[in-house]
Amino acid sequence: MRKIKWSALAPAAYILFLLLPIYWLVNMSFKTTNEILGSFSLWPADFTLDNYRVIFTDPTWYSGYINSLTYVLINTVLSVAFALPAAYAFSRYRFLGDKHLFFWLLTNRMAPPAVFALPFFQLYSSIGLFDTPAAVALAHCLFNIPLAVWILEGFMSGVPKELDETAFIDGHSFPSFFVRVFIPASGAGIGVAAFFCFMFSWVELLLAKTLTSVAAKPIAATMTRTASTSGYELGLLAAAGALTIIPGAVVIWFVRHHIARGFALGRV
Amino acid sequence: MEVRLKDLRKDEGGETWIHPTSLTFRSGAFNILLGETLSGKTTLLRLLAGLERPSGGEIWFGDDNATDWPVRRRNIAMVYQQFINYPNWRVYDNIASPLKIAGQSRAEIQRRVREVCELLQLTPFLQRRPSELSGGQQQRIALARALVKRAGLILLDEPLANLDYKLREELREELPGMFAGRGTTVVYATTEPGEALLLGGRTAALHQGRVCQYGETFEVFKNPANRAAAAAFSDPPLNCAGVEKQGGDFLLADGLRWPAPPRHRELADGNYLLGFRSHQLSLREADAHIRLDGRIDISEISGSESILHFSAHGHHWVCQLHGVHKISPGERAQLYLDPQKCFLFDSGGERVAANG
Repeated sequence: MRKIKWSALAPAAYILFLLLPIYWLVNMSFKTTNEILGSFSLWPADFTLDNYRVIFTDPTWYSGYINSLTYVLINTVLSVAFALPAAYAFSRYRFLGDKHLFFWLLTNRMAPPAVFALPFFQLYSSIGLFDTPAAVALAHCLFNIPLAVWILEGFMSGVPKELDETAFIDGHSFPSFFVRVFIPASGAGIGVAAFFCFMFSWVELLLAKTLTSVAAKPIAATMTRTASTSGYELGLLAAAGALTIIPGAVVIWFVRHHIARGFALGRV
Repeated sequence: MEVRLKDLRKDEGGETWIHPTSLTFRSGAFNILLGETLSGKTTLLRLLAGLERPSGGEIWFGDDNATDWPVRRRNIAMVYQQFINYPNWRVYDNIASPLKIAGQSRAEIQRRVREVCELLQLTPFLQRRPSELSGGQQQRIALARALVKRAGLILLDEPLANLDYKLREELREELPGMFAGRGTTVVYATTEPGEALLLGGRTAALHQGRVCQYGETFEVFKNPANRAAAAAFSDPPLNCAGVEKQGGDFLLADGLRWPAPPRHRELADGNYLLGFRSHQLSLREADAHIRLDGRIDISEISGSESILHFSAHGHHWVCQLHGVHKISPGERAQLYLDPQKCFLFDSGGERVAANG
């Protein structure tokens, strides 16, 4: 008989503890609602894919994913695109008040999103942006652009200034240098910044819910609907929840080697 | 390309980094900027490259006033102390970069890249990325990119300083060959006198943002015009001591006295500064040599040389001896100095009676 390694027990128990809710979610998603409510079982007794089938065929469900992914992707692209030149300026140039401005950017993240819900709602309603993916995407830029600027500035400061100079000496123009040399050289930072923008926009519920009603309703808002005309739909909700985890897991895979530096905002 | 500096000056934040400097780097010549850290070598190179704007004065490339030219227009190349390459491009594309931008034909690019890669022994690595290569090879890429451009002026800012001893020696031997016969003006910054002597060419000795002497490297070494040039060209540091001339004798502060050598005999009486390099001191007694009687503070052995730090006559001296000498600290020692070989500077640091 193999000896049990007691030192492995603590991490194993911890991992079990972390995975338990996720397992329970996935477990539930393969059960019928009757089984969920009627009995306690560690695995589905009556295994069914019906819940997933409903989500992928019923437009009220799958449009939630499409809406969410739309504004998350728009937001990620916008945030990174605007943060790139800003981060370059903060990392390479000195100008009046640069340090204060840089710090002020971060303070935008310190207010709870609820503070901005009302002004955004009123503003977007009056200019006809209400209930569009663009409304949520723009609102999320408020805290994603500063974050992306901070992350990118950290990564860019790790690229030696001499690389810029070498490119200019070789004859590159500034746009050519920026696109062909500098962006590839700070690729890891761009990936990490995009990941963080994606995640924050993906998990943010309050603004997304406030700024949409029907046409652009995000999946998280759909999921808060626990009951419908056919009664409780717990299996359906579990399936929706399980699917919501997937995009984050996919995106994190691409930046797994740089994620720690991302949490340090690009600083080593 | 002949490069001329006319009263070139650089002030930064209320400090003067480069005092008005006028120099002419002859077309195709190998020039060395020699000076300690912060003496202004890098600033001078950056001014030449157009990476810094001068506070005054002019830079002429041949018959053109290039002072206000942007970096891109200058037809120069630069190699840094750090190994700077395009991290995401393969070695081939790294080296081809300036040619591609200049719009050369594909065949011409290929031909020229192959040629410099042969010269710099990079041919086996053309398809690799810089980060996969050793420091020495990374610096070779940077040098290759500088050479392939056939720029009129190549600036090298301590290109060997970040390499380990062996690679440095290897690359240093190859350097003069790389530039020979290309007609490119080279400006090479270094802190090491030994490197300057090995590379030859012409040397500008820098001290605190001033060019204190410019001439043939060996001439600057042998006949420094002033104390700063002598100090820049001395490693270990130049030994210095105040002396007084009284009639036909020199007098050190504590009474040590020796007859002035012929070339100093006619000097007026008064205070001077005696300077000599550490290798002028010897353990062997000889006629007419000054005898310094003192105590060893530190004794180091570096390779085939021994370096002794010793105190004598109220001064601290450094002595560099050939061969390995085992002398323990605290021992008394007598060192001998040939007064003929000493430099003599006036109170302003200028060399007196320089010919000899």
